[in-house]
Amino acid sequence: MAQIFHRSTNALSRITIFGGVFFLAVLIWAADQWTRSSYMTGQDVVLHQPVPFSHDHHTAQLGIDCRYCHTSVEESAFAGIPPTATCMNCHNLIWNESPMLEPVRQSYATNTPIQWQRVHDLPDFVYFNHSIHVAKGVGCESCHGRVDEMPLIYQAETLQMEWCLSCHRDPAPNTRPRDQVVTMGFDPKDHGVDPAQLAEEYNVQSLIYCSVCHR
Amino acid sequence: MKTRSAFLFALLVLATGCTDMKDQARFEPLESSAFFKNQQSARPLLERTVARGFLREDDAMYRGLAADGSFVQTLPVEVNAKLLARGQERFNIFCSPCHSRTGNGRGMIVQRGYKEPTSFHDARLRATAPGYYFDVITNGFGVMSSYASQVPPDDRWAIVAYIRALQLSQHTDVTLIAPYIRSRLEAGEVVDPAMSVEEAHDEHDGH
Repeated sequence: MAQIFHRSTNALSRITIFGGVFFLAVLIWAADQWTRSSYMTGQDVVLHQPVPFSHDHHTAQLGIDCRYCHTSVEESAFAGIPPTATCMNCHNLIWNESPMLEPVRQSYATNTPIQWQRVHDLPDFVYFNHSIHVAKGVGCESCHGRVDEMPLIYQAETLQMEWCLSCHRDPAPNTRPRDQVVTMGFDPKDHGVDPAQLAEEYNVQSLIYCSVCHR
Repeated sequence: MKTRSAFLFALLVLATGCTDMKDQARFEPLESSAFFKNQQSARPLLERTVARGFLREDDAMYRGLAADGSFVQTLPVEVNAKLLARGQERFNIFCSPCHSRTGNGRGMIVQRGYKEPTSFHDARLRATAPGYYFDVITNGFGVMSSYASQVPPDDRWAIVAYIRALQLSQHTDVTLIAPYIRSRLEAGEVVDPAMSVEEAHDEHDGH
């Protein structure tokens, strides 16, 4: 019986076999990158807000503490989005005719909340708690990045589970003195503290079982 | 067999639609809801609702008022170093933007155009009862809004205690300061007020 395929097709078959494997590998790699892309995670994406509130201006330039507005961060799972009344503590007199702040005045006058877009939106099956992280000396910037350098707020990290776990497996390096939790640009060397020693003092544990975050 | 695999296949196809586990039928805090007219998922309490344990009958503790209706002259909480430290922290968070960290009323927001509050070192305010400060934090005064929603009552007392400490810091009799600390202060050194005589000598010998 004569050969069906000419000898020259050998190369073609080799390319196909190699190419198939290569193609599959690229496909898996691409899917992997896709799930980590900011398109999927929302990392570094600025959402359109009703008022272009600047964290940079209010914290770095005016020196207002995070907790002035996010009042429940130390006691509650939720850090708290300030009611319009908090804005009006200052903006009843300052910039009180600015067109940019019209939605704030409207909200205050009509007793209707401003509809901010949630920037850090964890999946509903994750039960994150701010208060325990703050109590164990995890700084705001460890998760939220340099908020003091953000004229418009955005999500600094991926908020993916692998990112949570990277710290939950080894929490010590992200431990800082409790009174430095809101500090931006914290460096343990400036304060003469050893994060590992602090982690021991605060009884910081590596908690990686499922029910820590999922219920 | 054929129908069973067709069924499983259909199930698989349908399951791909179930990627919304991220957004389940529960509300995150302050999430909007289409169910209620004002689109708020969080429902306000009915007026005059009191949560268990929050009746707050104690006038001195929750309103700064004595039995005769005047402002209390002494704090209804124990004043200690821990309370003052808490007061300092809370004062710097909530009060210093306007009143400044020293309490002179020249805080950053005032520098940016807000109405300047009276300095805490003013003679009239130094003579005012602690209950008055509690009342102002709770109900506001002039252009200052109420801070009741931002500062809980026990923190308000901590702040009042710290304001008293600030006032004392600017109006104290220097002869009351221990000589070994005073001499160092006058030499322009930064001194830890809790330093004991022994520590002062040790440090002095060390230099």
